[in-house]
Amino acid sequence: MLADKDRIFLNLYGRQDWGLEGARKRGAYVNVKDMLDLGHEWVIDQIKASGLRGRGGAGFSTGLKWSFMPKEVKDRPHYLVVNADESEPGTCKDREIMRHDPHLLIEGCLVASFAMKAHACYIYIRGEYVYEREILESAIKEAYDAKLIGKNNVHGWDFDLYVHHGGGAYICGEETALLESLEGKKGQPRLKPPFPAGAGLYGCPTTVNNVESIAVVPTILRRGADWFAGFGRENNTGTKLYCLSGHINTPCNVEEAMSISMKDLLEHHGGGVRGGWGNLKAVIPGGSSVPLIPAEQCEDAIMDFDGLRDLRSGLGTAGVIVMDQSTDVVAAIARLSYFYKHESCGQCTPCREGTGWMWRVLERMVEGKAEMSEIDLLLDVAGQVEGHTICALGDAAAWPVQGLIRHFRHEIEERITKYRSGKAVHAVGASKTSVEVA
Amino acid sequence: MSVRRLAPADQQPQSFKFTPKSLEVVKFWMGKYPEARKRSAVIPLLWVVQKQEGWVSEPAIQLIAEMLEMPVIRVLEVATFYTMFHLHPVGKNVFQVCGTTPCMLRGANDLKAACKKHMGPKDTVSKDGLFTWQEVECLGACANAPMVQINDYYYEDLTVESLEKLIADLKAGKKPKPGPYVKRFNSAPEGGEKTLLDPALYDGHLGKPAKTLPNAPTTGKSKKEKA
Repeated sequence: MLADKDRIFLNLYGRQDWGLEGARKRGAYVNVKDMLDLGHEWVIDQIKASGLRGRGGAGFSTGLKWSFMPKEVKDRPHYLVVNADESEPGTCKDREIMRHDPHLLIEGCLVASFAMKAHACYIYIRGEYVYEREILESAIKEAYDAKLIGKNNVHGWDFDLYVHHGGGAYICGEETALLESLEGKKGQPRLKPPFPAGAGLYGCPTTVNNVESIAVVPTILRRGADWFAGFGRENNTGTKLYCLSGHINTPCNVEEAMSISMKDLLEHHGGGVRGGWGNLKAVIPGGSSVPLIPAEQCEDAIMDFDGLRDLRSGLGTAGVIVMDQSTDVVAAIARLSYFYKHESCGQCTPCREGTGWMWRVLERMVEGKAEMSEIDLLLDVAGQVEGHTICALGDAAAWPVQGLIRHFRHEIEERITKYRSGKAVHAVGASKTSVEVA
Repeated sequence: MSVRRLAPADQQPQSFKFTPKSLEVVKFWMGKYPEARKRSAVIPLLWVVQKQEGWVSEPAIQLIAEMLEMPVIRVLEVATFYTMFHLHPVGKNVFQVCGTTPCMLRGANDLKAACKKHMGPKDTVSKDGLFTWQEVECLGACANAPMVQINDYYYEDLTVESLEKLIADLKAGKKPKPGPYVKRFNSAPEGGEKTLLDPALYDGHLGKPAKTLPNAPTTGKSKKEKA
């Protein structure tokens, strides 16, 4: 278990003061000037050395991503955009950072912008986080007033920070859709290339990072890249905020080391599975977009990018959704399918049509009103959606369905059989052949 | 995707005007973007409209298009794309019940049933004009499931009983407190925190600057790099 002294988010639960004074006591803005004095390259190299991988789901190396930005600022300004459009079902970590430790995010924005030679940064927060936005705005005002950011600030790097908010669209968590939305358009993802580092916000070089990825940066630099790299397994280093939800005794958010075992995480921090470990049915380990894993694989599952990839799932955002034996797993996944149907932006046909199609079939399967052959048909359609869309929402919609069929096919089959062998239902006023069979 | 339409013509008001207070907010938002990119403010401005009127009407959309110098159809696109905007009149209190899987696993379906019982069918205004409830997708408070966003704020860890109490309080004109409705502190585990208990974290020693940063180059090379 991670020791308290090794935690980055010291006010995760909001027991302490979120304001500037409290944050400074906990180490915010300490030595930031020294970091900037060591130069752009030094910051990027340290982040590369720490092994930090993006915390928004895809797990791409943060330092490497930063190094894709042009080395020199030419005719177009550079931008940093922070993705605070947290809407992945099961994920509620960025919210805690923004409402309880906003200054860690603000100093992170400053340091990251400096590393990429950006003088302006936008934080795109989801529209529903009204309280979080209010706190963030006040914290930014505090930082401006204390000359920590803004023109001619004490850190010697002119830097403006703005909060922008969205309108409740999951798709705006996709980086190019987010940029479209920030430009005042519908949130429909762009084709890549060009990548945002070449042409992003307003056509200028832009890097989009998750809130958690940015907020941990100054602490990594203060304590050393090797300190951060000391947690977790190779390639999966650092500490991470986990969001535990579903059928556990004490759902919560917690910061833990990467590569912690799922069982430890759920038993210790989650207070155990409702009804005991034996009552576990399945876990979605990384937010709704990753395939679920059944109980027998949870026993030895390691919570990191590679460990979960080996189980054909993923760490994603580390939003752990636990389902016990009482769960109707088909209905649970059908509800996720509805989510993707609702949130598809409608741009690519396979996703726009496929998400609705998958949801409708799954809804029938919940009751067993389907043909056996439709299970393979569903799998086939999911495969047709996956990888055939501009952004990853198509994949995200397909994976839970594929995971369900991979591990709980028998349950769907049983349901179809049960429905068919059930008592015949006579429709009132219909002819005598109206026995419902399929 | 969600298909959404504006309210029918007979529900639309004749005109729309920002109040002076709203105009302040409009100015605040428009100041955040480069002058040539002012259409970036379209979502925040629609939100200001919604805060003022409760919903987004057609005249408001036209006014925003004028203010941001963009075609009306582009504002219309945005208003219909983003599901947070109410395109029809709503009750005084809007309940957004999160129905996605993490909340569903912990009883969101019961909350939906309770809402229906007390406020009528979803997406309608209750007879007394006080309530509208909707089922929405993940609101990002899964560790505090099930939860409902009432107007602006989150009410978490709800049960049918606590939700009914909230409805009764709102009916009585009270302002219930947001946050968890079981004995827990924000998203800390019920029964007390298991982490962040070390008092040394908060004694201020972390606020003292270090002389040098770890891994800082010892030679004078860094200065050159900076240039």
